[in-house]
Amino acid sequence: MDDNGFEVNELIKRFGRTTAVGGVTLAAPRGRVLGLLGPNGAGKTTVVRVLATLLRPDAGEVRVAGIDVRRDPGRARRRIALSGQHTSVDDELSGRSNLVMIGRLLDLGRRDARRRADELLSRFGLDDAADRPVATYSGGMRRRLDLAAALVGRPEVVFLDEPSVGLDPGGREELWQMIRGLARDGVTVLLTTQYLEEADALADEITVLDHGRVIASGTPADLKREVGGHTIALRPADAADLDRAAAIVARVTGREPDRSRRHGLVAPVAGDAEFFEITARLHGSGIDVGELAFRLPSLDEVFLSLTGAPATDTEEAA
Amino acid sequence: MTTTFPRTTGPRRLATLRHSAVLARRSLAKTTRNPGPVVNGVVTPALFMVLFLYLFGRPVAGTTADYLQYLFPGILVMGAGLAGMISTGSAINLDLKNGVTDRFRSLPISRTAPLLGSVMADILRYTVAVAVLFGLGALLGFRVRGGVLDALGAAGLAILFGFCLSWVTVYIGVLVKSADAVLAVGFVAFLPLQLGSSLAAPIETLPGWLRAWADVNPVTHVMDACRALLNGTAPAGSVGLTLLWSAALFAVFCPLAVRAYGRQE
Ligand SMILES: Nc1ncnc2c1ncn2[C@@H]1O[C@H](COP(=O)(O)OP(=O)(O)O)[C@@H](O)[C@H]1O
Ligand SMILES: [Mg+2]
Repeated sequence: MDDNGFEVNELIKRFGRTTAVGGVTLAAPRGRVLGLLGPNGAGKTTVVRVLATLLRPDAGEVRVAGIDVRRDPGRARRRIALSGQHTSVDDELSGRSNLVMIGRLLDLGRRDARRRADELLSRFGLDDAADRPVATYSGGMRRRLDLAAALVGRPEVVFLDEPSVGLDPGGREELWQMIRGLARDGVTVLLTTQYLEEADALADEITVLDHGRVIASGTPADLKREVGGHTIALRPADAADLDRAAAIVARVTGREPDRSRRHGLVAPVAGDAEFFEITARLHGSGIDVGELAFRLPSLDEVFLSLTGAPATDTEEAA
Repeated sequence: MTTTFPRTTGPRRLATLRHSAVLARRSLAKTTRNPGPVVNGVVTPALFMVLFLYLFGRPVAGTTADYLQYLFPGILVMGAGLAGMISTGSAINLDLKNGVTDRFRSLPISRTAPLLGSVMADILRYTVAVAVLFGLGALLGFRVRGGVLDALGAAGLAILFGFCLSWVTVYIGVLVKSADAVLAVGFVAFLPLQLGSSLAAPIETLPGWLRAWADVNPVTHVMDACRALLNGTAPAGSVGLTLLWSAALFAVFCPLAVRAYGRQE
């Protein structure tokens, strides 16, 4: 038995003269979450669509659940599910009818399809809205329903293409919990995202894609080691306190913070203990804080350190 | 790891039909929430019926009653054609655009099923349109002068032709970039196809250029056939030509649409 939930070897996919994916290799062991991180136009959706049997690769080997998707797409479709970049549930129908319909298309009997829909509706916190048209749902509810629709057939491998786009922080947090739940159930997940934070929160391994090529891969810890871990960004309420604040940060982290940004300072910190230490000392010295953040490098910063160039195209997804 | 995949109900062989029926129900359920296209499929022909009746009734046939006997069968054909000409193609186009088709294509169902389902739902919509138009026609004074079987045959021909014609719009719906474009194509095709026919007056009475077109327009044959069957006169070759045209449209455009829809880039 194959141990990978899915694997892609030297995948090439062109659209006319554009090479969307130019030789990508990635794999996830069964039951793991692989994060595919990259800016707009990197080729994430193309990789997902090839894996989901929607696009035919020009070259390379593509397997899901051990099945070669080029040779046997029909069999592969019984093991996979897709929740695309845009949700694909029917606005005019209720959440329940959407799920029952998918169940019927998967050859569940009428009663089984209803039971499966009920199960998923309650698992995704949609019982109360089950009989309302999806048009009345919030963005987070739509996304959860879309994910539920993907799970009706109990897939072994699930492809999630930028699932958190357009969600508010609360909705995103709920979605993340659902995705963690999937992994706990042994489902292999491919998750694409433009946010290192999201990949870090969910993925066992991360592959960074740019211009259709893999530019880095490893566990989130590996990647953070390579690109730098958390940073603290701080702006005292009173600009006159800047020097004192910088001195505190330097004492705790052992190096001088970057003061090149206007009104503030940024410094790498080795974990949240240092962060709390800094905040405690600021408080102790009576420095009022205007802005304070503990964060991972942005995608731009990741790209800067991996390639020496900023991410190519970070405008809002179309 | 073991996974339990849902057990199959019913024979595999019928799977495509079963899946199409599920998707036809989806399409009809959407119609009940958004009945615009169906209403359009009844209201537009009904408006033409009333308009032509009072505009051309006397000049063409002497009395509006006689003219209605001439006009109504063509209106019926327009109703069956219109309900699907526009709605199927744009619905399929919307599904392609907003990712619904991606989901269907990643399910283990035949790639024909979504198209067939949509067209099956249309047949039901045509049937409703035809029934409502029969009711309106009767209110205005139309009387079926052929037998019951002839009348059913006329309705059947109109629906059959609408079904076959809808594969043209399905094909367009798969090819073009936006649902608006499907509507535009449908609207542009509507005028010559439905009006450039024997709808309002016998083609012998039309001006030369229009007559030349109406002569080759398959819709003319369908209207002639329905007119003959509903009025109890001899349909001559029109029934055969209707069947031939229907078969030809279906044979060309159904495979084209299915292929374009199922194609992987
Ligand atoms: N159907 C298509 N036709 C032509 N070009 C495409 C098509 N799909 C994607 N591309 C191009 O391929 C590249 C990768 O796109 P995509 O996989 O959508 O990237 P991402 O999902 O990472 O934003 C882009 O340059 C995009 O313009
Ligand atoms: Mg994308």
